[in-house]
Amino acid sequence: MVQRRTVGKTVFDIINYTVLAAIGIACILPMWHVLAASFSQPAKLLAARGTILWPLGNATAEGYRLVFNNTNIATGYGNTLIYVVCYTVIGLIGTLIAGYILSRPYFMFKNIIVFIVTFTMMFNGGMVPTFIVIRDLHMYDTRWAIILPGAISVFNIIIMRTSIQGIPNSLEESAKLDGAGNMTILFRIFVPLLKATIAVIILYLAVGMWNSWFQAMLYIRTTELRPLQLVLREILIRNDTTTIMQQGGMDNRQDIDQYQRLVQYCTTIVATLPILCIYPFVQRFFVTGVMIGSLKG
Amino acid sequence: MAGKTEKVAPVQKERKWTIRAVRRDIKMNWQIYLLAIPILAYFIVFNYIPMAGLAMAFQAYDMKKGFIGPGIDWVGFKWFAEFVSGPFFWRTFRNTFLISFYSLLFSFPMPIIFALMLNEVKNTYFKKTIQTMSYLPYFISMVVICGLIKDFCEVGGMLSTLVQSLGGYGGTAVSLLEKKELFRVIYVGSDIWQGIGFGSIIYLAALSSIDQELYEAAVIDGAGRWKQTWHITLPGIAPTIIIMLIMRMGSLFSVGFEKIILLYNDLTMEVADVISSYVYRVGIQVSARYDYSTAVGLFNSVINFALLIITNAISRKVSETSLF
Repeated sequence: MVQRRTVGKTVFDIINYTVLAAIGIACILPMWHVLAASFSQPAKLLAARGTILWPLGNATAEGYRLVFNNTNIATGYGNTLIYVVCYTVIGLIGTLIAGYILSRPYFMFKNIIVFIVTFTMMFNGGMVPTFIVIRDLHMYDTRWAIILPGAISVFNIIIMRTSIQGIPNSLEESAKLDGAGNMTILFRIFVPLLKATIAVIILYLAVGMWNSWFQAMLYIRTTELRPLQLVLREILIRNDTTTIMQQGGMDNRQDIDQYQRLVQYCTTIVATLPILCIYPFVQRFFVTGVMIGSLKG
Repeated sequence: MAGKTEKVAPVQKERKWTIRAVRRDIKMNWQIYLLAIPILAYFIVFNYIPMAGLAMAFQAYDMKKGFIGPGIDWVGFKWFAEFVSGPFFWRTFRNTFLISFYSLLFSFPMPIIFALMLNEVKNTYFKKTIQTMSYLPYFISMVVICGLIKDFCEVGGMLSTLVQSLGGYGGTAVSLLEKKELFRVIYVGSDIWQGIGFGSIIYLAALSSIDQELYEAAVIDGAGRWKQTWHITLPGIAPTIIIMLIMRMGSLFSVGFEKIILLYNDLTMEVADVISSYVYRVGIQVSARYDYSTAVGLFNSVINFALLIITNAISRKVSETSLF
């Protein structure tokens, strides 16, 4: 299809490309600023105004030394890893099973269970009753309170179910003739065909858990059980960098004041870097997820 | 999201719900039933028992007695009356509505506009790069986002300095998060920033499914770029927009409180406190008034549920597109 190039079209293209480039830059600029600032000299950083595009003064990793020596951040990282792995495994298995049974056309209670499950998307008990139930189950201040609630989500089940429905019924029928049970059919025959969807679900669960903090704020009291995001909240939102300074051997007031901002920037990078490094490579799975999810609301 | 009626396989016979039929089904598909038990149990424990816990909204809750069983002190609508006539009602109700409304007005259309602009780009490499850049904020955690907002809004921060250099507040350096009039702007602005890229995915998908022959025919008929957008592109993605709008309308009274409780302070409380952040404060953070806060939460959920049903019904009448 050949279109005539007109002046109007050229002007439109110039404006369009410029605005899009501006949006793109605006999206990454804040993190770039944090990255540049995290290698800056603390004294210059304190006096700096506005956006920082390049480390101020000689690049230094002093802030990172303080952050890496901090036990709270290390513990938080470890806990977050535990939570991410457990939550993802439980969530994935649950989602697979739910997606499987709710896509079996011959299962009599299919529609009833679909209703029971999807209704929770529209109406639920809310924060306080859920809190009471978790507490009454003696899950308060244990890892279970983070790992279990929310692991099997309606949205993921819908995605999984839609994908499984795309597999021809004949596959299951012929497997049954060969004497395969439901577990064999699901895990040996269906799972290899669902690789893309499984990748989507794993990423939704893992990134969601990596970034979640409110659940932990509600249910976790013990310092040793805190995930990374709760530690971050203390450092970034409440400006509490005392333990970092103490463990890094900073005891004079002036140094502490000077290093506070630097340490906050370094913490931000340390906590966000894993996600920033993988997201360009996994974003296509998220796109796939949105597409499958959008086929059926 | 073309949530029309589900396709029913034509061969499927109408099954009778007799005990015998159920028994036969259990016998034939016992493995499926076995697998269904943990799933059902999960949703009952984590969703339906908390739903039963809503009964607390009508009781003087006593931890020792629990929310079901004998000896419960029922108080009817006492807590609802207390909330509605109390000093926090108007404040939280207004803030919840305004913050949602501004989000709907400003951050809902942004991904659509962004998708339409990207759709006009012919250079695939440029398009892919911009898309990847725009997804970045979506992957950052809420705590870090709010940490960034705090840092940028402080005196000397990125945004504060920008406002100052544009002559805001008489050119003096101010901490933006302490300004009442700016809280909602910051809230909605950061929402747009975080969601513009990721939110556009669904519209780009809808755009790519528009039949290209329609455009070719339009060009032959002499339609220019704007006419093509108006008569082909927009109608093509209208169902998607409507579905997304219904979902947004349904949550018009549920503001994500995570960002609110991370960002508000004594100076902005008046404009920032929403129903859900109030529930959190009264129910868990400050005082453990479980019964009262459950009532306030239920009040909010009922409004949401009603809104979802109403918008869905309207949409079904007007455009034949609906969620359920």
